[in-house]
Amino acid sequence: MIGVTLESVSKRFPGAGGAAVDDVDLSIEAGEFFTLLGPSGCGKTTTLRMIAGFYFPSSGRIRFGDEDVTRKPPNRRDTGMVFQNYALFPHLTVAQNVGYGLKIRKIRGAEARRRIDEALRQVHLDGYGDRRIDQLSGGQQQRVALARALVIRPRTLLLDEPLSNLDAKLREETRTEIRRIQREAGITSIYVTHDQAEAMAMSDRIAVMEGGRVRQVGTPREIYHRPATAFVARFIGRSNVLELPVLAARADSVDVRLPGGATRTVAAPAEHGLTESARALVSIRPEHIGLCGPEDPDALPGRITDVEFTGMTTNLTVDVSGQELTVAAVDVPDAPAVGDRIGLRLPAARMWVVRP
Amino acid sequence: MTVATTAPPTPRTDPAAGTGRTGRARRLADRLRGGSDGGWFPYLLALPLALVLWGYVVQPMLATFVESAGGDGVDNYLAFLSGSGVARSSLLTSLGISAASVLCCGVVGVGMAFLLKRFAFPGRRLIEAIILVPAALPPLIGAISFQLLYSETGILPRGLQHLLGTDEPVLPFDGIAGVLVVHTFTMYPFFYLAASAALAGMDPSVEEAAYNLGASRVRVWRTVLLPMLTPALVSASLLVFMTSLASYTAPLLFGVDRTMTMQIYINRTNGDLPMASTYASVLGVVSVLFLLGMRWYEGRRSYRSQSKGISTHRREIRNPVGRWLALVGSVLATVVLLAPVATIALVAFSVDGSWTTQVLPTDYTTQNFVRIFADPRAFQPILNSLRMSLLATAACVVVGVLVAYAVRRLTFVGRGLLDVAVMLAWALPGTVVAINLIAAFSTGSPFSLGQVLVGTFWIMPLAYFVRFLPLVFRSSSAALAQLDPSLEEAARNLGASWLRAFVSITLRLMFPGVLAGALLAFVHGVGEFVASVLIYTASTAPISVEINNRMYSFEVGTAAAYGMLQVVLIFVVMVMSGRLERGGPTAREATRWTN
Repeated sequence: MIGVTLESVSKRFPGAGGAAVDDVDLSIEAGEFFTLLGPSGCGKTTTLRMIAGFYFPSSGRIRFGDEDVTRKPPNRRDTGMVFQNYALFPHLTVAQNVGYGLKIRKIRGAEARRRIDEALRQVHLDGYGDRRIDQLSGGQQQRVALARALVIRPRTLLLDEPLSNLDAKLREETRTEIRRIQREAGITSIYVTHDQAEAMAMSDRIAVMEGGRVRQVGTPREIYHRPATAFVARFIGRSNVLELPVLAARADSVDVRLPGGATRTVAAPAEHGLTESARALVSIRPEHIGLCGPEDPDALPGRITDVEFTGMTTNLTVDVSGQELTVAAVDVPDAPAVGDRIGLRLPAARMWVVRP
Repeated sequence: MTVATTAPPTPRTDPAAGTGRTGRARRLADRLRGGSDGGWFPYLLALPLALVLWGYVVQPMLATFVESAGGDGVDNYLAFLSGSGVARSSLLTSLGISAASVLCCGVVGVGMAFLLKRFAFPGRRLIEAIILVPAALPPLIGAISFQLLYSETGILPRGLQHLLGTDEPVLPFDGIAGVLVVHTFTMYPFFYLAASAALAGMDPSVEEAAYNLGASRVRVWRTVLLPMLTPALVSASLLVFMTSLASYTAPLLFGVDRTMTMQIYINRTNGDLPMASTYASVLGVVSVLFLLGMRWYEGRRSYRSQSKGISTHRREIRNPVGRWLALVGSVLATVVLLAPVATIALVAFSVDGSWTTQVLPTDYTTQNFVRIFADPRAFQPILNSLRMSLLATAACVVVGVLVAYAVRRLTFVGRGLLDVAVMLAWALPGTVVAINLIAAFSTGSPFSLGQVLVGTFWIMPLAYFVRFLPLVFRSSSAALAQLDPSLEEAARNLGASWLRAFVSITLRLMFPGVLAGALLAFVHGVGEFVASVLIYTASTAPISVEINNRMYSFEVGTAAAYGMLQVVLIFVVMVMSGRLERGGPTAREATRWTN
């Protein structure tokens, strides 16, 4: 087991304007399941490809444990990669695909066969060794790709959106499966995805990327409950981000005034840089907003502009003096209607100051 | 699971890296095996390729220009501007023939495409199967077969003369009309293939929408179908124009001296190399302009189908008169399409000198073939052709595959130039390629290791290499385009060096495409005439030159026998590569036979 460290890694492509990856620092611990999460074009795949060695960073260093691999060619890094489109060799059988890396490592004969069988058993494909690749379903191909990456016992496992070509049900099954195999092997894994639900369900820690930069690193819980920026708040789940005037600022909290006059003391991250009379960005999740009558003095008064019944929750869009807030209400007594006036209750404990 | 506790294979770190000789050697080796991202690795591959293309394609072209500009160079060029004179009228004739060829091929090709792709009638499948046959003949034997069929001494005019009892052959084609017949028959596939591909790729619901909105059939054709075909037709027009401009055998056989290609040949055989170079330069420049025009146009958008699941439907011809007409038309088309090959096959068995004024040869023998294989002197051209083609093909494969890889997969400064240099070789007419090589290698040059190549064996395979490199390049590049780059990356990730990943994955998967291109280059080499006739020596004459010489000494039977051997080889290879690519690009490449 080995950790992976990125030290101020940047990548600029010739001809492209800005940096695809901009001064990224990451420290991935040995045995960890670490996810790079972000919208398309955020630099997550470029970062993974630099770790794999397909791109060399324009500046910065990449280390595997203590070893500097920054300029090391991909074939000498000893990583196992699962590609988005699987990249299985169409002219080889399943067993030959899985055995390709063993052959390069000069592992032959009975030992190779034993390890191929073991890898195929691990992904529940025992007996499929002689099949051709085009005889397999998408999910099976995905598992062959995983077996091929694992059989060489790589120092790290790299996964580039491996589930994006599977249908929804298979995707959920496979993500549990990948996580199980990763835990069993105890292998440091770096996973790239744009699907926040997938990232939350699978990861030990997540790095949220945007515009080539890492916006936040943390456990799924930290990222959900304490998003660092407005972008992270909105990208992970749904979130309401309110711009509110600051009445007083302290080291770890600020007092803000809500529309309608009520005040709240909201927890803020260290070095929030807010001062009195500045405007703070405060996030609150739709499911944390409570409903009450429009006359409640501690609530935000608003008017319902949209109602969406999803079964488990009723999603309301509420206009509060020009700002639209989303509320996910469980078990609403009387079905509210568009045009109704309503009060919103914002508990201070569920509010959190984010950076722009 | 034991993976967690198993030590990973020893990381191959070198503690000495960066210090001393071994460190540097290690780093060099790392780079060599390094990623395609590795700074100068792409240049290591691209530089030798760039040198080859510069030395044998670009620099010879410049040498021709230098040759033409020496001595009374300015006068030579001014000859193209003066009102009278051979130069100007040759240029105008060439351009005129090309324009007329575009028109004829366009009408025939598009008509055939509509008929075969939009209607169902008896005989359609047969015609579709043999529609490319005339175009697949090697250039010289194609032109000869048309001469034997349609010229003043040809089978059809003489046959009609006998039938109608007239004094003169009926409807003979000669001169420019003869050239146009050859061009139409051999080049209409450019239009046919482009138009049928466009028709197949067209979204039928667009047409249905027009009908639904109340347009009449004529209006739909005028306002929807033709505009949607325009991109395909424009690129086909440019191709036919370029190919006609490069056409040499048709004017040679139908005696049209005042074309650019003929003037190059005539001036070269008269020993006026500067004037030949002037013609070659002008023709080269015009061809390159067309190439650039074509690339510019192809960069624009084409109309492809957007809806899924609905395919174009053929209309059944139900009208009884129409059915009969279609049947007669099919039979006629089949006869016309197969006549050239049939004629060559028939004449190949005729006794030399026995066929004079009769409609068909009267005396038949197998001696022509026996003599070719029994007489070492008669067999020598076949040996020459095979040897030179094999050499050229081997070089085409090495250079073509690597250039395709460099252009498609690597990023380096000058990548576009590499691409353009190969396309240049494709755009240059065979006669111009020959003159270029004569101009460049009539004295020692670094690219010929200081040797004079003109008048030696080596200039022949070199000319074939330059002419047919684009074929291998294009089929390799098409094969590469279908390969996901992540396949090679997966191999690299699993520990394969660049070379190992390239050979065991990329090259292995490209192989069918490369083989198809190589076979194509090989048959083109065996059929090559246009460049050969300018640079061959007595001991290196290839098959086509031998055919031409036999025609001149009226040994028509033997000439046709040689031709038949070429034809058989071509069809064997076409079937083979058809298997390889299932009617992919190769079928289209077959139409490159025409000049």
